[in-house]
Amino acid sequence: MARRIANSPAIGVAETPFSSLAVRGPAWDGRFTVLILFLPPALLLFTLFVVLPIGEAAWYSAFNWNGFGRPTNWIGFDNYRFVLETRAFWLALRNNGLIIAVSLAVQLPLALTLALMLAERFRGSVALRMLFFMPYILAEIATGLIFSFVYDGDYGLVASIWRSFGAEPPHLLASTDTSMLAVLIVIVWKYFGFHMMLFIAALQSLDKSLIEAARIDGATRLQALRHVVIPLLYPTIRLSVFFAIVGSLQLFDLVMPLTRGGPADSSNTMVSFLYNNGISRMRVGYGSAIGVILFAICVTFAFTYKRWFMRDE
Amino acid sequence: MSSAKISRTPVDPAVLFKAVFLAIVAIFVLVPLLATLLGGFKSLGELRVNPFGLPRHWEWQNYSDILFSARYWQLLRNSLIISSLAVVLTLITASMAAFTFAHVRFYGSSMLLSYLTLGLLFPAATAVLPLFIKVRDLGLLDTYFGVALPQVAFSLAMSVLLLRRFFKDIPYELLEAALVDGCSYIKFFRYVTLPLSRPILATVGTITFVNSWNAYLLPLVMLNTDALYPWPLGIMVYQGEYSSEWHLILAFITLTILPTIILFLLAQKHIVAGLTAGAVKG
Repeated sequence: MARRIANSPAIGVAETPFSSLAVRGPAWDGRFTVLILFLPPALLLFTLFVVLPIGEAAWYSAFNWNGFGRPTNWIGFDNYRFVLETRAFWLALRNNGLIIAVSLAVQLPLALTLALMLAERFRGSVALRMLFFMPYILAEIATGLIFSFVYDGDYGLVASIWRSFGAEPPHLLASTDTSMLAVLIVIVWKYFGFHMMLFIAALQSLDKSLIEAARIDGATRLQALRHVVIPLLYPTIRLSVFFAIVGSLQLFDLVMPLTRGGPADSSNTMVSFLYNNGISRMRVGYGSAIGVILFAICVTFAFTYKRWFMRDE
Repeated sequence: MSSAKISRTPVDPAVLFKAVFLAIVAIFVLVPLLATLLGGFKSLGELRVNPFGLPRHWEWQNYSDILFSARYWQLLRNSLIISSLAVVLTLITASMAAFTFAHVRFYGSSMLLSYLTLGLLFPAATAVLPLFIKVRDLGLLDTYFGVALPQVAFSLAMSVLLLRRFFKDIPYELLEAALVDGCSYIKFFRYVTLPLSRPILATVGTITFVNSWNAYLLPLVMLNTDALYPWPLGIMVYQGEYSSEWHLILAFITLTILPTIILFLLAQKHIVAGLTAGAVKG
């Protein structure tokens, strides 16, 4: 076992095959101790609380089980069938799709535009960056509560704008037609600053001479942007898209204070659907099946994306 | 003075567009935040007729009642305990693992590292039900550790990757010289690697802290006792109790996000560094 620890070639004393077993002398440098003491805590925690639960989710999903005692009522793939037959599940899936669409079509272009405007320093640029990044720092719960005030039909900001036009204020979060739209606006508010910061960091590490060369060769500012800057940003854009999609698939904390997934499941996401149906009613088999489906979607997406779009990294 | 000069030079339309655009986004971000802060200073009646403006009568009572309540401080205390546990345990386990991956070459090293990296791929929510049962079987339900340990486990992948890359950049000659002088790997870790790595340790610590401080789902599932609730759970309960007394809820929200904002202003550098370091990795 100990012999398998490859010796660093640069260290002369460590080149004899048994040196790492020797307890005395200069060759004993504690490498083996490091190996058996330093790795296990992290690996154990990771295995116990991340890897095993995912395997167990697959196992539990084959049972009709309320979480007490041992699972005995084996029902095979029925839980998956029940999930797929629920209309609310497809609504949740559609909502996650909507969140992804808005993230890609509204949030990222907005973030990129702002990054291009704020990457160079001018009076107030750093303050604006920080201001736009601020929503990202706030907890989802706090953000959701702030906006449930903003949308409140009696006291909220939206209501008073409506009233100033002499109209009866809408209850945006309480209507199946508007609840998801209201959630989407909050998502843009909360996360655009994160992507803006990614783009600013990328812009600041760009090789400026390439842009200057394009300008000297007669490219207009917009042409340089279109043909030099944006292509140079592709790695970051791809990463940003990746984060936006993975983040959209996991959205939960923001939905709870706003709508709890309602009314009538109209604003559920996959995770809030899992919470409302699996956890709060302790339907462990059913909930685990939802978890496994979500897991499969995330992993399939991650691997496909890595393979198709991030091959060069 | 300068205003006369500005009025004479024709305004560049690009600059004008930029200014207007930035102003609109700034208003979009600021208005909900300011309305929350100021709303806490209004009475419920005034909130209804005057949601945007400055309070006509400043109700300091809303804020002081919360600041002098045991409940508020208990929530912050619980959050502080859970987040500190998460940070300390993450830093210890992740730095030890990262050190091994960075400096000890052994059979299966890259395989184990990819195994850990898998943690980046999926959300905690996918496995939250089995996780609940695991934590229950370990007798950790309704304890601070029951929340903190899974948080550590889920933050390990990113933390180990960030730390390992930093540790690898510590010049190899340094390790070599130390070994020749009779220093062991463990001593090198303790007396050279860790002190040199303060910036990245601060970054990993801050990110872990913010994630844990803001977390909702894991505490929601693992804790049943109000007395143990961290603030995101506590504020949801508070909102449930005071349902439409928005002036109180807004004051409560402001006071609970205040620590976050202070932390952000103090640790801004580390937060942004962690964000971009994690991002560049890919």
